[in-house]
Amino acid sequence: MKIVLDHLTKKFPNRNKKSDQDVVAVNSFTFEFPDGKLIGLLGPSGCGKSTTLNLISGLAAPTEGKIYFGDEDVTNLAPEHRGVGLVFQNYALYPHLTVLQNITFPLENLKGKEKLSRKERERRAYEIAHLVQIDGLMDRKPSELSGGQQQRVAIARALVKMPRVLLLDEPLSNLDARLRLQTREEIKRIQKETGITTVFVTHDQDEAMSISDMIVVMKDGVVQQIGAPQEVYDEPANLFVAKFLGTPPINVFEGTVRGGKLSIGGEEIMAVDGACDGDVYVGVRPEGFIPDEHGTLSCALSGVEIMGRDVSIVSAHPSSQNATVRAIVSAETRLDISAQSVCFSLKPSKTFLFDRRSEQSIPFTKDATGLFRRAVEKKLSE
Amino acid sequence: MEKKNLKGWLYLLPAILFLGVFMVYPLIDVFIYSFEEGYNSASGTSFGIGLYNYEYVLHDPYFLQALKNTLILVFITVPLSTLLALGISVGLASIKKLRNLFQTVYFLPYVTNTLAVGIVFMILFKPTAYTDGLVNIFLGMFGISPIDFIGGPYWAKMLVLCIYTVWVVMPFKILVLTGALASVREDYYNAARLDGTSSFRIFRKITLPMISPTLFYLVITGFIGAFKAYNDAVALFGTELNVAEMNTIVGYIYDRLYGEGGGYPSYASAAAIILFAIVLTITCINLLVSRKHVHY
Repeated sequence: MKIVLDHLTKKFPNRNKKSDQDVVAVNSFTFEFPDGKLIGLLGPSGCGKSTTLNLISGLAAPTEGKIYFGDEDVTNLAPEHRGVGLVFQNYALYPHLTVLQNITFPLENLKGKEKLSRKERERRAYEIAHLVQIDGLMDRKPSELSGGQQQRVAIARALVKMPRVLLLDEPLSNLDARLRLQTREEIKRIQKETGITTVFVTHDQDEAMSISDMIVVMKDGVVQQIGAPQEVYDEPANLFVAKFLGTPPINVFEGTVRGGKLSIGGEEIMAVDGACDGDVYVGVRPEGFIPDEHGTLSCALSGVEIMGRDVSIVSAHPSSQNATVRAIVSAETRLDISAQSVCFSLKPSKTFLFDRRSEQSIPFTKDATGLFRRAVEKKLSE
Repeated sequence: MEKKNLKGWLYLLPAILFLGVFMVYPLIDVFIYSFEEGYNSASGTSFGIGLYNYEYVLHDPYFLQALKNTLILVFITVPLSTLLALGISVGLASIKKLRNLFQTVYFLPYVTNTLAVGIVFMILFKPTAYTDGLVNIFLGMFGISPIDFIGGPYWAKMLVLCIYTVWVVMPFKILVLTGALASVREDYYNAARLDGTSSFRIFRKITLPMISPTLFYLVITGFIGAFKAYNDAVALFGTELNVAEMNTIVGYIYDRLYGEGGGYPSYASAAAIILFAIVLTITCINLLVSRKHVHY
């Protein structure tokens, strides 16, 4: 079941009574969530992602715009008739009911033709429980379960009535780091097995990147970028998206483009063919630095952190927006730790330009072979 | 470790002293009195030790009347006031406009003096030379002949006492239940709503179990409170409760100590111990029942 949002807008009256201006939680959200995919709504807190989820579930009514499930307009449909399963951030498991009773609860509401016998209800509950691997815990109360188990029960309860759409609100935020890794894979697996269109909300970019088929990055109620995780990571539409995705975060420098050449702090760094002249922000992913004694970007070396798999070079640069410039290089890289400075050349594919004023991405030709050619030429001329 | 313990006891000492002097000692004393036949508080002497006091009290028609009144009061007013309070607080929770106004109105009896409320009930129920009371005027509109609620038949007096008690104890219950209802997380309701649960089922399957600890707390304290009823009867019927057939156990105990038939601390003590035994039994039953039905 695809979900279509058409100029979906939600405004809340301003808490501050002196201001007449409404708070726009979601601003003209238009997108078609493809059928059978896992979609992550990603953004910092207060960006409108949870409100979007509530609008889809029907717990909140939109101020403007329409919502379609498939071709059916559900904008004015009551939540119970939408066929959505919602997993709440704190799971909202009924504490006085056992796991089995919790899972069969939605089924007991079915009336008339859809009414199920007790046996059939339990059979379905066990089927779903088996899917989420909690069939051994059916007689326990929620308080006797671990966080991860509670999470699975909540998912089972949302799935048992075979919803058209599954919604998860910050599904992993209450779990510890280790369980989080495990559970997010579990969610992915369950989603794949059921094939239900699933939308989940998170502020953790790692989580969204790792399991989503598609991510929607939001800020202040406005959708910033939509796309496959890798695509959004590799081609951020603006500075916000670039900063929000990726750990460690992207390094941002102030720079200028003159005649297709990018310079940072007066030093010419690299050619950026196709970019217009002007002041820019330069975003460089940590993995975009190549330690290179002939490199054009010279930074004051402050330390090296060895993390086993790779090495993190911590340095500083006067034009950097971040306090430190962090580069991640492979552990085999030889580096003179006692040196005062370190020079890098930049991978064009990991380097992004953003307009200083609009913070929108500026495209330029990312010709890797060009970089190599120029590097060879430079060496030959010396 | 030893020193720490000593410090703890030192901090507890004032409370222990006060409780010992004003609670534990009198309790033990009452227990002893109840077995001492014909104890005279002036001379501090008695004739002997035995069960005579209990035998006397249990055969005393005044005590039996008081026991009957108290039991009726307890078993009518506690369930009734709890159910009404539940209904009202659920109603209050579901309205948005004027909620604060209604909350205030329902809470007013709690801050009103018992005797002042008694006067209000007098106006409602007591016939005077000029009027039969507001309730009788109202009943008269339906062609019902006036009933003397204060000095008339037993059932009429009991009815007034029950209404009065319910009215007096309800505000506190409403207050506590409103708090309990507000503490049920919105998410549970949202989850149930998404599943298409009817509001009756939400109430029965979610709200009620969630507030069951509070509900049972109210029932238990309600029972204890109702067994100790006395001033409500005085407010309505004056101090001659035995004459009015409206005495309660606590009233009987008071009478045996200081009232018309007073000066018998042994009988009073025996009645007090009987009351204690009844309350203890009922509370234990309550706790046993609640263990089965109260969640968490």
